[in-house]
Amino acid sequence: MRLRTETYTVRRLTIRVLAAVTALGLAGALAACGGGDDDSTAGGGETAIVQVGSVYEPQNLDNTAGGGQGVTEALNGNVYEGLFRLTDTGAVEPLLAKDQKVSDDGLTYTFTLQPNVKFHSGKALTSADVKASIERVTAENSKSARKSNLEVIKEISTPDDATVVVKLKTRSISFVYNLSYIWVVNADAKDLTTTADGTGPYRLGEWKRGSTLSLTKFDGYWGAPAKNAGVVFHYFTDATALNNALLTNAVDVVTSEQSPDALAQFANNAAYKVNDGKGTTKLLLAFNDKVAPFDKVEVRQAVSAAIDDKKLLSSIWGEYGTPIGSMVPPSDPWYEDLTSVNAYDVAAAKAKLTAAGFPNGFAFTLDTPSYDPHPTAATFIKSELAKIGVTVTINTITADEWYTKVYQKRDFQATMQEHVNDRDVVWYGDPDFYWGYSNAQVTKWIDEAEQAKTADEQTALLKQANRKIAEDAASDWLYLYPQIVVASSKLSGYPVNGLNAQFFTYGIVKS
Amino acid sequence: MARYLLRRTAILIGSLFLAAVVLFVLLRLLPGDPANALLPVGATPDQIEAARRELGTDASLPAQFLAWLRDVATLDLGKSLISTLPVGPEITARLPVTVPLTLAAFVLAVLVAVPVGALAAARADRWYGPVINAVAQLGIAVPAFWVGLLLITVFALRLQVLPAGGFPPDGWADPGAAVEALILPVVTVALVMSASLIRYVRAATLDVLGADYLRTARALGASPAQAMWRHGLRNAAVPVISVLAMELATTFLGAVVVESVFALPGLGGLLVRGISQHDYPVVQGVMLVSTATVLVVGFLGDLAQRLVDPRLRHRGAS
Repeated sequence: MRLRTETYTVRRLTIRVLAAVTALGLAGALAACGGGDDDSTAGGGETAIVQVGSVYEPQNLDNTAGGGQGVTEALNGNVYEGLFRLTDTGAVEPLLAKDQKVSDDGLTYTFTLQPNVKFHSGKALTSADVKASIERVTAENSKSARKSNLEVIKEISTPDDATVVVKLKTRSISFVYNLSYIWVVNADAKDLTTTADGTGPYRLGEWKRGSTLSLTKFDGYWGAPAKNAGVVFHYFTDATALNNALLTNAVDVVTSEQSPDALAQFANNAAYKVNDGKGTTKLLLAFNDKVAPFDKVEVRQAVSAAIDDKKLLSSIWGEYGTPIGSMVPPSDPWYEDLTSVNAYDVAAAKAKLTAAGFPNGFAFTLDTPSYDPHPTAATFIKSELAKIGVTVTINTITADEWYTKVYQKRDFQATMQEHVNDRDVVWYGDPDFYWGYSNAQVTKWIDEAEQAKTADEQTALLKQANRKIAEDAASDWLYLYPQIVVASSKLSGYPVNGLNAQFFTYGIVKS
Repeated sequence: MARYLLRRTAILIGSLFLAAVVLFVLLRLLPGDPANALLPVGATPDQIEAARRELGTDASLPAQFLAWLRDVATLDLGKSLISTLPVGPEITARLPVTVPLTLAAFVLAVLVAVPVGALAAARADRWYGPVINAVAQLGIAVPAFWVGLLLITVFALRLQVLPAGGFPPDGWADPGAAVEALILPVVTVALVMSASLIRYVRAATLDVLGADYLRTARALGASPAQAMWRHGLRNAAVPVISVLAMELATTFLGAVVVESVFALPGLGGLLVRGISQHDYPVVQGVMLVSTATVLVVGFLGDLAQRLVDPRLRHRGAS
């Protein structure tokens, strides 16, 4: 699993395994192949259908019922819209909310809705739909990850059809950001797991499970219409099959390349463009900060300094990806380059270890998820730490065991995990989170940041917290994953950063 | 024959029930709880308990089993724990890919293997006899996914005459595209399947060629071809039929790897996903359908053997 604040999916596991097997068979064989000109869809421009390839098929179509990352990718911003939108560059901008007013105490938000907005079923959007949509997320049986973020809501009222008033229990500067995840759905819609009724630029076409999901341009759209006639998402479980589809023009764009080995064939081919976007997925060596020996700051610092992160990154991703010194990725407003904190320095690591009372090193068990890249990274860490006298026992576990043993029971010394989301540094303010980092000052900064009156104030506080956890080596942040979109060079206007797995298709032009 | 049919049917039903029990127990032995898969990060023990109640995994195992059995008897395979969608339609949606793939590959393999295998046996003294044998041996050693990748590289990537994978969004409503999509997978499965079939057919034919009744038939004036056609083939068919039944059954699910290489939305993919997500109802559903298929095909194979060979019929009736 990847740790995201969505319901998790273990799908990548199979993808990686199959990719490894098939990559062996295909290595080299594809080098000479490129894209031809026979395009399966007739015409370009506004009549074109964009063919999108992805490995994230939705589980179902409802993001409050465990639809997973795939449903966000296909439907967020395309079929469903929120009051606000998180753009591909990470900015929050108004969407269905035409206007917002915040009271001086920061506790009352008044939103005015865009006029003339229609659902795909034809019904006009009213404030009642917005209220019902927010309540769907906070409902008892909701499986939405955003549920806990919205506990701050005290009450929602709808004084008229175009106005929604939300009262909060405490200040919450992330409230508007959090609203960007909440789909505004038709309050009268019955089954949202296999059908959809939103206000976006596309209506849902057909979902062939295990295969494709199509979107058709919605003629009654209130805003700027989509620049293409429709989109078909093609779902793959095998990364090589996905790349083959791109090579044979069966798909025009791949939303997220998972196999670094496959990139060379596209990077050296004028028919394709490889986009190196800003990712938010961090690979962590997470210590259990509550148990020995990692309850000692010096020990964590020593381990962090003994591992050459850059070498690890290049051995896994080649020239892609970014070294990262702390939890905050560059797309978050409170990013700061902290790679120099506890940087790679074997001599310093040894000195710290001696200072911590382990002149001869120690031994620990590293609980390693069984799928890529964890086993590779664990072996690397083992050989790096041997140089400072630390013995690592690698204990391979499944995603499910990770959840039970590490995440729920906290029965571990150190583990590895991918943390997917943006703005997730706030977990270090929660002393009950699985890694057990507990620093009253950091918790206070992070709480205050959420209550902040301005974004600047919030940014300053989170920067402080981020620097402190880096200095304390709360975890070891190994590297930031690349976010790679590969597309046919005939395509333009597609998103490249895949923030929170979104993939807005309405701006895509196919020539 | 009627008594045999009755007994064989009873065995079929008994095995189905046993298979259901084994399936259910094996799945429950897996570590982990599907409730975990459903909940977001930071779920409280209360939420986990609630999820268990919702899924029914808080009940005792025998109670869960009986509930499942009752549903299956009414053809209700339950709902997926992950997607919350009913499993039955999920499975039937995959059949238009898996069934044509399996049957077409099977027919192709038989069409290739029977003449080639018989030829290899009948002409064991010519140069091509041993060559066929050697090629078949090689075919058994080669993994299916490798054959698939090779075909993709040649026909899809280089020649660009066939799609590299996927199934058309319109499915069989677009028959041309659907057939095109299945050509390479069918050939892949058929090649691998026929390799082992050729060896069985060859061995069975060799057995028959040395049989007394062929010599007798020749003594009674039949030409070698007539003797082979009237007496040889029928006898050689008996062991081959049981192998065929097994091959058909294994291909039905054994196409998992091939489906994955060709990105086909078949049953195999559904099963793999179900297992990795601890989606018990999906795994149980797929396994039950495929186990039933295997058992029914085995049943039909046994019947076919008896139709072909009267000696078995009498033994069965005694």
